[in-house]
Amino acid sequence: MFLLLRVFGQRALSRLETLGRATVMWAQALWGLPTLGDVPLLMRQIYNIGVLSLIIVCLSAFSIGAVISLQFYTQLARFGAESIVGLGLALTLLRELSPVVTALLFAGRAGSAITAEIGLMKTTEQLSSMEMMGVDPLHRIVAPRLWAGLICLPLLTAIFSVVAIYGGTVVAVDWLGVDIGSFWSGMRDGVQLGRDIGNGMLKSVIFAIVVTWIAVFQGYDTVPTAEGIGEATTRTVVYSSIAVLALDFVLTLVMFGEFK
Amino acid sequence: MRMRTVEISVGAFVLAGLVALTFLAVRVSGVNVGGGDTGYSLLARFNDVSGLRERAKVTMAGVTIGRVASISVDAEYGEAIVTLTVSSGVGPLALDTGAQVVTEGVMGGRYIALSPGADEEYLQDGDEITETQGALVLENLIGDLVTSLGN
Repeated sequence: MFLLLRVFGQRALSRLETLGRATVMWAQALWGLPTLGDVPLLMRQIYNIGVLSLIIVCLSAFSIGAVISLQFYTQLARFGAESIVGLGLALTLLRELSPVVTALLFAGRAGSAITAEIGLMKTTEQLSSMEMMGVDPLHRIVAPRLWAGLICLPLLTAIFSVVAIYGGTVVAVDWLGVDIGSFWSGMRDGVQLGRDIGNGMLKSVIFAIVVTWIAVFQGYDTVPTAEGIGEATTRTVVYSSIAVLALDFVLTLVMFGEFK
Repeated sequence: MRMRTVEISVGAFVLAGLVALTFLAVRVSGVNVGGGDTGYSLLARFNDVSGLRERAKVTMAGVTIGRVASISVDAEYGEAIVTLTVSSGVGPLALDTGAQVVTEGVMGGRYIALSPGADEEYLQDGDEITETQGALVLENLIGDLVTSLGN
């Protein structure tokens, strides 16, 4: 009985310790704001994280937009309310799906790469040799990735929304024959800049912080073996996905809780 | 050379993201970037505006000519005070213009329909529309019907 409690306590303490280390690392990395000399490093990371994620984001966005349009249309057509397909599409995308799906794709595409990269650096002792040379790896390796993630994910989310709305328009207007005027005006009447677009973007900023934090820390905290890198990469994707989905519910509750 | 490609694509990516944001703001939410449309505001008092929302449209003869700017309540008289913004391109509205809260379609939202007046004088910025008819609330109608049938 006491053994069980002790094991439980040990687990909890070690979790807390990990969380503490992660927070310290995160704060230290963000502490030194990027200077002009860091711009090439940041550029390279934005390229790796953002530009290379564009294709997967655009492809998923198009098909998700098309599917939502199709589903809304088939259900709403029964009530003769096809004109609100545009509004439904825009609201689901801007409020929920764009931030969440982009963050999930981002965790799978970019987060896992960050973890594997930093994990390998640690395993091959590049990080400790950097420290020996007097270069702070937090500043040189960790900080550019955190900032790049923070810049890229909101931009990717915006691109996701636009491509998905385009995909939805193609299906609803060009294929199913919803009137283009009521499609767009319904969207414009119902979507508000601050409440819908602003909150969606805020969500994606929060997801960006969480996902890059998890990815970088898992890489930095890897057990320096080949197996360790594999485990860390898996953990990044699993933890980020759970964190994004759970946080999304909480954020939605706070942002859109008072349904009128 | 390699670095240049990276820089160019990063620039294009950031630009695409910003363009996407602007597109969302302007095309999807319909915000006017250039300081909003210049219109004048009118007040109207209704006995009931159930279902009317801010930003609902204001129409005349089915054409959208403005938006509902704000809705507040006058607790003393139990009336709703609705501020309408009518775009200035519409031209002057007669002093006895009527306003009615109507429903769009079967399940649609409420909006305000203006009916033309015949007065020689025109409504100015900040004036009040006096000829108003509030929303028809189905429950009240049924209630009236039941009472009159009972008599």
